[in-house]
Amino acid sequence: MDSQWPTSKKGNKGMKRFRFNQQEIVFAVFALLFLVFSIFLNGFLTAENMLTLLQNVAVLGILGLAMAIVVIGRGIDISLIAALAVPPGLVLQMVQNGHSLPFSLLIAVLLTIAFGLVNGWLIAYAEVPSLFATLATGLLLAGLGQAALFQLDVVQWSPGMDGFERLGQGAILGIPTSIVMFAIACLVVAFLLRQTRWGAYIYAIGDNPYAARVTGIPSRPIIVLQYVIAALIGCFAGLVMAASVNSMPTRVFNSTLIYDVILVVVLGGIGLSGGRGGVLNVIIGTLLIGTMLNGMTIMDISYAGQNLIKGMVLLLAVITDSFLNPRNEETAQQGDI
Amino acid sequence: MKTFGSPARATLAALALATLTGPALAQQGLDEPFQKPFKEALAGKTVAYVPVAMNFDLTEGWYAGLKKELEPYGVKFVIRDANWNTNAGAQAVTSLISEKPAVMVVHNPDVQTYAKLLQRAENEGIYVIQINMGSAYRSSAFVGANWVEIGERQTEAVVKACEGKSNKIAIVQGALSAAASAYTLKGVENVLAKHPEIKVASSQAADWDAAKAKAITQTVLKQNPDLCGIVGFWDGMDIGTAAAVKEAGLTGKVFLATSGGGERKGACELVKSGAFDLNMSYDVPTQAAQMAGTIKWLLSSGAKPGSIKGSEYTTLIPITKENADSQTACWNLSDLKK
Repeated sequence: MDSQWPTSKKGNKGMKRFRFNQQEIVFAVFALLFLVFSIFLNGFLTAENMLTLLQNVAVLGILGLAMAIVVIGRGIDISLIAALAVPPGLVLQMVQNGHSLPFSLLIAVLLTIAFGLVNGWLIAYAEVPSLFATLATGLLLAGLGQAALFQLDVVQWSPGMDGFERLGQGAILGIPTSIVMFAIACLVVAFLLRQTRWGAYIYAIGDNPYAARVTGIPSRPIIVLQYVIAALIGCFAGLVMAASVNSMPTRVFNSTLIYDVILVVVLGGIGLSGGRGGVLNVIIGTLLIGTMLNGMTIMDISYAGQNLIKGMVLLLAVITDSFLNPRNEETAQQGDI
Repeated sequence: MKTFGSPARATLAALALATLTGPALAQQGLDEPFQKPFKEALAGKTVAYVPVAMNFDLTEGWYAGLKKELEPYGVKFVIRDANWNTNAGAQAVTSLISEKPAVMVVHNPDVQTYAKLLQRAENEGIYVIQINMGSAYRSSAFVGANWVEIGERQTEAVVKACEGKSNKIAIVQGALSAAASAYTLKGVENVLAKHPEIKVASSQAADWDAAKAKAITQTVLKQNPDLCGIVGFWDGMDIGTAAAVKEAGLTGKVFLATSGGGERKGACELVKSGAFDLNMSYDVPTQAAQMAGTIKWLLSSGAKPGSIKGSEYTTLIPITKENADSQTACWNLSDLKK
């Protein structure tokens, strides 16, 4: 035992000198990639391409915000893509069937809130682990959409929706609308997390749910609130996406988009163990993914090559993190991945 | 001849018979000898349908068309929706082999997965009809689009539109694992080999995903604002490609060719709006009718499954501004379901 003390102390000292957290590492990787692309890639560092880069990951970023709220509260929401696909799909379908746009939007928002409440109730009151609860409810909502709500899984734009496409197309003051939407979502979520009591409660619950409850924080209603907000943000992301591609490909539920969302959140430095991180982390995670995708598209790298590079960069970030911030009993928490 | 002694008497008897039965025949009608066996061959038979997924225009259209043609003859339908899951589809085909339907209509997710299973099915006495996406096994019938031809005709149109322009084109592929995408790409390559002046600025897979197609196209258009044409591989995905072109303010300047099943909202409406310049349609109702015809023919022929094999490649309908308004270029799913 004696001999271990000095080495571990030395190790601690050594670590203090290079004490980067994951957020900074990812930011460094992002900065490096950005620099390399700017120098070696013609047409990367132009204002127009920067806007395209951001525009392409705006929906992913908005979803990342929703996931961040849940993950900070020590949960996870796998059903986010269902909330992205089904309520906005319902809006398009209802308008196609002759309902008015405001009425369709109202129904979709009500459906989203109901969905968030079911998620929250299952997790907060029935105490089903969030992973399983949202896995099941996501399937349920997507199945409901397929079986009962949509005629086809790509719901097409109809003339009744005209005007609404401005939510995802065109530009406001020269900035593409979807980026503006991402910025608005960032501001709203940052305000919620940092400026309101509810936000503080979410951090408290994520950091230590038992302590939070003992302190008198209304844990269960706050957990329900998290999932309702996440579902609403998911629905908002879906509306931006539908407006941006003039249709709602509800099949997106079957895609791997949810992994990208978790990736943005975790890569940005919001630990799955909860209580840490914020909007800035989501922005950084989104920027890294966006830069990689944009650079590789400009280079016209094949699909397989892109996956390989994506995997390698992510692995690099994770390995660097675990070298610089080794896990031990003190820092490891239940549910940490 | 033995009954009637002489030819004269025989003639007399025949004449008498003719006068007796002649008017009677006209009153009773003549029985067509083949319709009864045809009806019997179809009645109560089961047709199993295994699409890669329901809920999209192609598979819904085929199903509605088949039902309309065959149900009146007492044919029963079983549907096994693989819902984009190749394993689920293979399981469905496997369990169907033991359930022994008379016919299986199979929409392959790729060339290999079902190939062995389909061979087994035909050995077990089930006719297999493959639709739009063939497998490595050649079954009783293939009904579907010729993807190589689609790629060729789309690219020819794009090359023509590029004449006198930058000659820079982009290709938005589907999913790399899908044979339809790979075959179409082959068609594209065939044409490009003849036109060395054409430069491919980008050739990327968007996974049949409109959002990805839009992202890729946006980036490509920013890098190559002088792009003169895009070859897209599916209209459901190329809504995104078209949205990127429109946002860049290049509608009409970038020629966008795509392909699809020709459903009105997904094809004609979008050609009319200028989103697509060309949509090669493999006209789903015609494909359904051809499949139904093949099923009728196979069941009534009594041929041993697997003993005869043939293909029915779909005659493509190029949808452009000229015919997008016509009643016949596109079809409505709601009408087909009636």
